[in-house]
Amino acid sequence: MNTPAETLRLEGIHKSFGSFAALQSVDLSIRSGELVCFLGPSGCGKTTLLRIIAGLERQSGGKVIQNGRDISNAPPSARDYGIVFQSYALFPNLTVNENIAYGLVNRRKARDQITARVKELLTLVGLPGSGSKYPSQLSGGQQQRIALARALASSPTLLLLDEPLSALDAKERDRLRGEIRQLQRRVGVTTIMVTHDQEEALSMSDRVVVMNQGRIEQVGTPLEVYEKPTTPFVADFLGKVNVLRATCMGSGRYRVGAVELQTPANGISAGAQVRLYLRPEDRVLSDGGAVEQMPNALRGRVEQVDFLGTYCLVGMEIEGFEGQRMQVYFSLNQALEMGVREGAAIPFALRGERIRVFAND
Amino acid sequence: MSVVAPDFRVKLTRFGSERFATFGGLLLVALGLLVFLTLPLAMLFERALEGRDGEFVGLANIIEYLRSPAFARSLVNTATFALLTTAITVPLAFGFAYAIQRSRIPFKGLWRNIAMIPILAPSMLAAISFIYLFGNQGWLKAMLPWLGISSIYGMPGMVMSMAFASFPHAVMILLAGLSLSDARLYEAADALATPGWRKFWTITLPGARYGLISAAMVVFTMAVSEFGVPKVIGGNVSVLAVDVYKQVIGQQNFSMGAVVGIVLLTPAVIAFAIDYVVQRRQQALLSARSVPYQPQPARWRDKLLLVYVMLISAALLLVVGMAAYGSVVKLWPYNLSLTLSHYTYGFEEYGIEHAYVNSLQMATWTAVLGAALTFAGAYWLEKTKGADLLRPVIRFQAMLPMAVPGMVLGIAYILFFNHPDNPVNWLYGTMTILVLSTIIHFYSSSHLTAVTALKQLDNEFESVSASLKVPFYKTFSRVTVPVCLPSILDIARYYFVNAMTTISAVVFLYSPKTMLASVSILQLDEAGAMGSAAAMATLIVLTSAVVTGVLFALEWWLLRRTQAWRNTAQR
Repeated sequence: MNTPAETLRLEGIHKSFGSFAALQSVDLSIRSGELVCFLGPSGCGKTTLLRIIAGLERQSGGKVIQNGRDISNAPPSARDYGIVFQSYALFPNLTVNENIAYGLVNRRKARDQITARVKELLTLVGLPGSGSKYPSQLSGGQQQRIALARALASSPTLLLLDEPLSALDAKERDRLRGEIRQLQRRVGVTTIMVTHDQEEALSMSDRVVVMNQGRIEQVGTPLEVYEKPTTPFVADFLGKVNVLRATCMGSGRYRVGAVELQTPANGISAGAQVRLYLRPEDRVLSDGGAVEQMPNALRGRVEQVDFLGTYCLVGMEIEGFEGQRMQVYFSLNQALEMGVREGAAIPFALRGERIRVFAND
Repeated sequence: MSVVAPDFRVKLTRFGSERFATFGGLLLVALGLLVFLTLPLAMLFERALEGRDGEFVGLANIIEYLRSPAFARSLVNTATFALLTTAITVPLAFGFAYAIQRSRIPFKGLWRNIAMIPILAPSMLAAISFIYLFGNQGWLKAMLPWLGISSIYGMPGMVMSMAFASFPHAVMILLAGLSLSDARLYEAADALATPGWRKFWTITLPGARYGLISAAMVVFTMAVSEFGVPKVIGGNVSVLAVDVYKQVIGQQNFSMGAVVGIVLLTPAVIAFAIDYVVQRRQQALLSARSVPYQPQPARWRDKLLLVYVMLISAALLLVVGMAAYGSVVKLWPYNLSLTLSHYTYGFEEYGIEHAYVNSLQMATWTAVLGAALTFAGAYWLEKTKGADLLRPVIRFQAMLPMAVPGMVLGIAYILFFNHPDNPVNWLYGTMTILVLSTIIHFYSSSHLTAVTALKQLDNEFESVSASLKVPFYKTFSRVTVPVCLPSILDIARYYFVNAMTTISAVVFLYSPKTMLASVSILQLDEAGAMGSAAAMATLIVLTSAVVTGVLFALEWWLLRRTQAWRNTAQR
């Protein structure tokens, strides 16, 4: 699969509500069979974009092209997709069977054909035998899977999931993440999922579309957007990040307070005021004392220790940073071995290649 | 994966027809409300500025009326009547609602049902009963001087009758108001060792204040626009609502009628506006984290409240029972032998033997047509998309009837539909106009019930259906209507009972052929046929009660049959 076919293309999508621009020039291409997450804070336009793809909302400008067909002005019923909403929207007065068959009945298929298809779908989502129950007799996770079965019933080429896991409790959510992903791979349906949960997006998707204030900030694989954020917003939104004010000294060297840090050279000229973004885990800890000799070696005094289970997030005042503080991850064992406690002085080094540099704005 | 290319042309026409259905439906609702509500009301204002012969006179009518001594007298009387009724009914109803929501008295369901009985009766029933009890030949007439009243006719009878008629409305509002309570406040007070009376003054009353204001507004408005009670028991105390009737029906002075109508509309609109603001605040009062209050047993409080509730219930039953008894007594109070002649010969003698059947017909049509139209209207308003300019217009018109007293709606209808240039003036005097006016008169509450029911449905049903390529009307009939059926039956019941008991709008609109049971009570009363008037009132109560019972049973059966999926049913 060198050049997989394209299922959906968005060209310059605009959407405004009155004077408020909910979406601005959104371009995106989604390949056949991939799972793409729209990720962003609430109000970033991700749900609006999904509803535009579904035809539930009309874009103010731009084109939606599905399987090579311009569907920009087609009503929902003339588009080819299945959708699962946050609330599932299962019909309460219809049984699970009737819910799944809801769209099939309308296609004038033979009764036995429908029954067989419903059975097949129930097995697919792992709930065989619950066809005669009503939605209210199922748990949240089960309802979710029925909604998924209903959306897949007519074998659409595109599956839309609008925050499908947010109404579930934490454990159920973890389990369903894996199940949805597996199911999607097995069926091979191109899927777009909207979520505000970065863990969900990073763990499930082939590609993540990070959105902010109606614009796409970055599109990439989960690893790309996490390791190589192209904008400060993405760096800030995904995971934890330390932000340091710095001055560029040229050829990849940056001065923070009185300390100089080395990163791979980039095009930023000397004298520029910048911000350095680096994650709490992008550090090297003592390897038998050798850490002091490594590049970007630092020494920090522990100010606060937040115990987070397997990890500690340690707030430190760094020697020579002139008041700028950092947070660094320690595993529980590391914290014990290195004597991390309030007031302790801890040597460590930063991974220069992981530091992202953004110009001040 | 089977990828069937959809037939684009077919889908587009269907989309076109769905969009047409959305716009068409909304336009129909808007037009219906325009023709049967807004235009007639506009006509009222136009006619108020015209003289007898249709010439423009500006504010002359209004000034003339406001300056007349008759107006001053009626205004004072109406205000006294409404204020006294409010001052008596609201505290009585508060005590009753308090006993049900905040104490541990037994048989709460029974007391609650008894309190609702007046809803089943035309307001004149209480007036008739009080005449039987305290009138010139009254059974308890000797008690009057103890109460400092010389005669039941006039203000005392009016206030007592109106208190009876408005009692259930006040109780319903206060029951709802007192149900909104946060147990945590009481627990905090207990932790601070607060005495009971202080908890009442600092937590209970402030918590119920919006309910109290709301109840006061409703009772006040009911009294201001009440027509039947003053007509029957008012003696020579003139009130605005009766003035309207006299101007229009007695003197055929439509312009003056319109003027009085506008005067009558003013307090109703003000009360409606206050109530509207108050309701909005009440919604914000309770946070999602509130814990509902569970009253603990308190022997003396519970005993006292039980006695109080029993006294009120007995009084309510006495009033209804008196009318029923009076209707089967040959000649009160001289010949107490039992007879059904008031129901048979009585109705024939005064030529109203068809009134009851007319009412039954009218109420049935109102219930069926009203429930269907109201629900469909609310559906189009809440569950379709597009036509964003039309929606606020419909919303406003749907709430407007709540602010318009029936009398005012009635005159507006006469002016509009009896107008020689109106292409549908053939409607005037028909059963159709009685049904339509009654639907409009009670539209707001029904509309709200339907909207509330629809709002409980998932907003995405329509979107899911569209994605499954199922047309909207299929989802409407397969999901929306079955899920909302209990509320639709509620609406039908509300329409039926009100259609049976109302007189205020229809009194202007009936013809001899379409004479209604409730209106006939006025005629019988005027003719001095007390027995038959009581008989007709009793017949209305019985009919309302039976139909209410049947519809309740139907709802109960429906809920039981569908409880497998209706896990939220709380009845």
